[in-house]
Amino acid sequence: MSLLQVNNLGKSYNSETQVLKDVNFTVETGEFVSVIGPSGAGKSTLLRCINRMVEINEGKVIFNNSDVGSLKKKDLRKLRTDIGMVFQHYNLVPRLTVIENVLHGRFGYKTTLQGVLGRFSEEEKEQAFFLLQKLGIEEHAYKRCDQLSGGQQQRVGICRALIQDPKLILCDEPIASLDPNSSKVIMDHLKSITNELGITCLVNLHQVEVAQGYSDRIIGLRKGEIVFDGKSALLREEQINHIYGTERRELITV
Amino acid sequence: MNEKAMRKSRWITTVFLIIIIGITYLSAMITKFNFIDGIATLPKALSWIFANLWITQETWERLPAILGKLNETIFMSIAATTLAAIISLFLGLMGSKTTKVNNVFSMLARLIASFSRNIPVVAWSLILLISFGQNSLTGFLALFVGTLGFLTRAFIESIDEASQSAVEALQATGATYAQIVNKAVIPQSLPQMLSWILFMIETNIRSATLVGILTGTGIGYTFDLYYKSLNYNAVALVTFTIVIAVIIIELISNRIRKVIL
Ligand SMILES: Nc1ncnc2c1ncn2[C@@H]1O[C@H](COP(=O)(O)OP(=O)(O)OP(=O)(O)O)[C@@H](O)[C@H]1O
Ligand SMILES: [Mg+2]
Repeated sequence: MSLLQVNNLGKSYNSETQVLKDVNFTVETGEFVSVIGPSGAGKSTLLRCINRMVEINEGKVIFNNSDVGSLKKKDLRKLRTDIGMVFQHYNLVPRLTVIENVLHGRFGYKTTLQGVLGRFSEEEKEQAFFLLQKLGIEEHAYKRCDQLSGGQQQRVGICRALIQDPKLILCDEPIASLDPNSSKVIMDHLKSITNELGITCLVNLHQVEVAQGYSDRIIGLRKGEIVFDGKSALLREEQINHIYGTERRELITV
Repeated sequence: MNEKAMRKSRWITTVFLIIIIGITYLSAMITKFNFIDGIATLPKALSWIFANLWITQETWERLPAILGKLNETIFMSIAATTLAAIISLFLGLMGSKTTKVNNVFSMLARLIASFSRNIPVVAWSLILLISFGQNSLTGFLALFVGTLGFLTRAFIESIDEASQSAVEALQATGATYAQIVNKAVIPQSLPQMLSWILFMIETNIRSATLVGILTGTGIGYTFDLYYKSLNYNAVALVTFTIVIAVIIIELISNRIRKVIL
């Protein structure tokens, strides 16, 4: 059974526009998949349907053999501990320290009281430091997050996702706010997460070249519909034009 | 395109200025307020102030009593603000887009906020005066109700502004509501909230004087008493102590702000 199955997924925020239309795909364990498409195509929405940060309207999302759409509150929390999420704007608590932000990733495993009191076991703290070290930011562990550069903050975000011990990591444009150097560092880390730890990654990207360079497979989304789904090598100029329509040509000429 | 927009906004500014001048002129005409006359009475008013509002030697003897009343007023303002702040925190959490539990509570919180905020504190004093009579509870409640609305509004904005993205991230990790509020929302927006609370304490000490005149409590009552008995020297002393107190409170809260922000 695949790790993630999306069947006939449909989503609309209001009655006028259908954001996702009959989306079908599966993701196997250990795959690195990119989702590309023009702005407003529904990439963020698609990702948020998978951990049900937005409600699913039609169809089904099956993750790790459970039907995401029908889960009750408590089971949904449980499911979310298995899915890490990395954001374009990092979404950390800026006034708190790096290590505190990383440990936030453990809340899903704790009772409310343990979380509120900030009780973390020795192993959890060790794991947090191990991850910070792995991403090369352990010397900043006790700094406030708002004192870190964008690239460093994104690495904190990745640590927070990893400490959840997830089976899948969803990344919503993880490098859209970063310079080329930091972008490469972040993408290399994400790639090694999949290669070394076997954690599946589903990444929304704006840059086609980056998607081609890093992913096993690319999903092209246009106006809420999948118009390409295949090996990165199969994505040619023709398909790219199809995904982006005229918008891409405009982007290049400006 | 851009220049056009700018020119348009400048044009709008000019129109507004003309309208405001027009309205000022019109209202002066309607109320028969004459600028020239108004300015002409200024020297007379000033000379009256200098002639009568002197703090004389014997008024200083009243200082301990005045300070006692002032203390009472300051503590009442602080107490009203703190109590309002605690309740506003809950209303703020309910009212904020990021931390609301459901739409009904959210609407309710916003309704309470705008209701209590849009009625001036003086009006609240008068309304409460009818039901509670002239006592210190009335003054306390008037300050409390006004503060409640203002702080709820301010807290809703602080929460939305400060922690929307972190709340989303923590929801995605499977954290519970209480964990999210305690570990993301509060740490991130507390400094801003404290700053608003300090601002409200300052404001309330000032309004407490006025509220006190109406409800017969604290330093406002003392002021009123001396004023009605034509003891202008004592009135001057009361005013002087209020000004000093407000300045001191402002200095203290500015210092606290510097530390927390
Ligand atoms: N919370 C929301 N409420 C209403 N409409 C929304 C909401 N979120 C997204 N939309 C709409 O859904 C459509 C798809 O948005 P989405 O954010 O998924 O696109 P995207 O592919 O991620 O775009 P981008 O590349 O700009 O991030 C857009 O038309 C957007 O206006
Ligand atoms: Mg998006």
